Amino acid sequence: MLRRTFTGLLLATALITPALAEDVTIKYMTFSAAPNYLKELDATIAAFEAEHPGIKVTYETAAWDAYFTKLQTVVAAKQAPDAFELNFENFVTYAEKGALADLTPLIAADTGFSTSVYNPTALAAFAQDGKQYGLVESFSNVVLFYNKDLFDAAGVAYPTADWTWKEELEAAQKLTDPAKGVWGDFAPIQFWEFYKTIAQNGGSILSPDKKTVTIDSPENVETLTWMIDKVNSYKVTPSDVEMAGQSSEDLFKAGKIAMLRTGIWLLGDFAANAKFKWDIALEPGKTNKAHHFFANGVAVSANSAHPAEAYQWIKFLTSSKAAVDLRIAAGWELPAVSDAAALQGYLDQPVPESREVVFQALDTAVVPPVIGNWNQLTDAVGKELEAAKLGQKTPEQALKDAKTAIEGLL
Amino acid sequence: MSPAADRSKYLALTVLLLPSLAGMVVFLMAPVLSSLVLSFSQWDLIGELSWVGLDNYVAALGDPAVLGALRNTLTFILGYLPSVVLIALGLALLLNRLIRGRAVFRAIYFVPVVTSWVAVSLIWKWLLNPQYGLINFALGAIGIKGPGWLFDPAWAMTGVILTSVWKDIGFVTVIYLAGLQDIPEPLYEAAALDGATPWQRFWSITFPMLAPTTFFVTTISLISSFQVFDQVWIMTQGGPAGATSVMVELIYKNAFSYYKMGYASAISWVLFALIFAVTIAQNLLQKKLDRSDG
Repeated sequence: MLRRTFTGLLLATALITPALAEDVTIKYMTFSAAPNYLKELDATIAAFEAEHPGIKVTYETAAWDAYFTKLQTVVAAKQAPDAFELNFENFVTYAEKGALADLTPLIAADTGFSTSVYNPTALAAFAQDGKQYGLVESFSNVVLFYNKDLFDAAGVAYPTADWTWKEELEAAQKLTDPAKGVWGDFAPIQFWEFYKTIAQNGGSILSPDKKTVTIDSPENVETLTWMIDKVNSYKVTPSDVEMAGQSSEDLFKAGKIAMLRTGIWLLGDFAANAKFKWDIALEPGKTNKAHHFFANGVAVSANSAHPAEAYQWIKFLTSSKAAVDLRIAAGWELPAVSDAAALQGYLDQPVPESREVVFQALDTAVVPPVIGNWNQLTDAVGKELEAAKLGQKTPEQALKDAKTAIEGLL
Repeated sequence: MSPAADRSKYLALTVLLLPSLAGMVVFLMAPVLSSLVLSFSQWDLIGELSWVGLDNYVAALGDPAVLGALRNTLTFILGYLPSVVLIALGLALLLNRLIRGRAVFRAIYFVPVVTSWVAVSLIWKWLLNPQYGLINFALGAIGIKGPGWLFDPAWAMTGVILTSVWKDIGFVTVIYLAGLQDIPEPLYEAAALDGATPWQRFWSITFPMLAPTTFFVTTISLISSFQVFDQVWIMTQGGPAGATSVMVELIYKNAFSYYKMGYASAISWVLFALIFAVTIAQNLLQKKLDRSDG
């Protein structure tokens, strides 16, 4: 009898004050941790739970390819996790649709915390209309990787920050050796490479206010022509048929590509698996320098029952020393923090020598021209670029058609 | 039978049918009905659903992407359907003459049918690889420079058709074999006595007697080829430059990449209407042929 009363009392207390009686559990969903960094994620959660008794974090992972379909589905079913990872492009879509909690009041109320711990460019990417809808977690960019051994063998000087497309092409022509199957240069002809490469020639896809489509400008036609000419006229870049489904990074690792524009997420792979000397440099441009900038952020669901606790977790995940150190040690992308001392560990790693290039490239970062119909825009433009690459359309015609397609989406 | 016994019989039937019936309703009928409702609305999964009337249908009929996908789907059907039916008929005729080992060959031809589309598509992607694939290697050995296959917009659909024919041929062959075994032997004996050549026997006996089988396999294959998707998604994702973009692939992209559930549902119903119309037309044609025969 006594026991029953006691249980009843406990139950009543739990019902009245759930926050006191039991732990709050935050559900988190991530793509970047799976499958390689689950150990680091577990360690980060352990550190967080030690520092925040009463908050527990559980997580669910999905591979990049399936992540957004899965997330969209759980959000539609009103089963959204309290906090979830978003890349910049999808962040814009989710923020526009009102699926994310506004963190601004939480940050303002958080005494002793300042957003100056974050890299300002990277943090600004996760704000919209003056409201902070996410915290920036990590970033990555694309630079020029080059095979030093191939440069030495061909007697060509290494790329420098002053290089333009002209020097790049001259070097590529000397480096290309069809007899050995060595290609001088590689950059894919697809949407992402295109929006950055046109910026290297002063072009853009949309006007800054995103109201006018500028993709068919003469500079852009010139840029696309240059990208295609490297394959078809100068023959310093392999075509799709010549690549035959092999990835550019595998060809680089096999010593078959001398210069490759690709992401810093491959630094670890190349450092471990490339059997030759290599380094990185800033990308050559035509009239401008321009580099990709990709950021991942973490947001709190607009429907979360525990936004304050979820905010504590994403703050810890993105800016705490424990999380930052774990990330750098594991090479789990690059934390977007402003503290140079925290990033020193990244610079200190021996291969490649010029790691500072990764940070220099941030000064000329270009972000993709994200609009609401983003996936449709990338598909539509991608299809036109492919038609130009395959010679089905002239670059002028392809970009004119791309313009019409984008205008239908704005 | 007494009404009581009737009732208990129906009760037993209902109970026995319930598990599959429940599955049908929950996983087939409910989604089909909701897609019909969705096709008149605009919904991105996250936001509110809004009613747009016939807008999605009007947009779909004027959308160059839909027309392109329809054209590519028809190209697929034109290449796939005659190939799979004719080759399977030929194979069935050959297998039917085998006295020994028929079961073994039948099983061999049936293996691709029960193999998963993912495995088949990946293997054919390799076979069709322009640099390292077996097919271009074989072509090279006899002095032909093979095409870029899945990387070449002019050849990609041919690659997809080849793969599909290879996979489905066993299914059609087995049905034709069953049809052949249903033709009464005395017909052939009588024809042979009358001095009919094998060629005449084929056209006067085998072919007409197989008409119901042919009707069945063309209908089934036509319906499934309107819905071609798996192999396209794995081998080309609709590329290069949209050369293999087909109806279901477009529906999938609109639903799960662009999050346009309403629009994707509308295209699905357009596709349904198309398949329905073609099947009805085929049915009528078959009935007419039957009548002119009899």
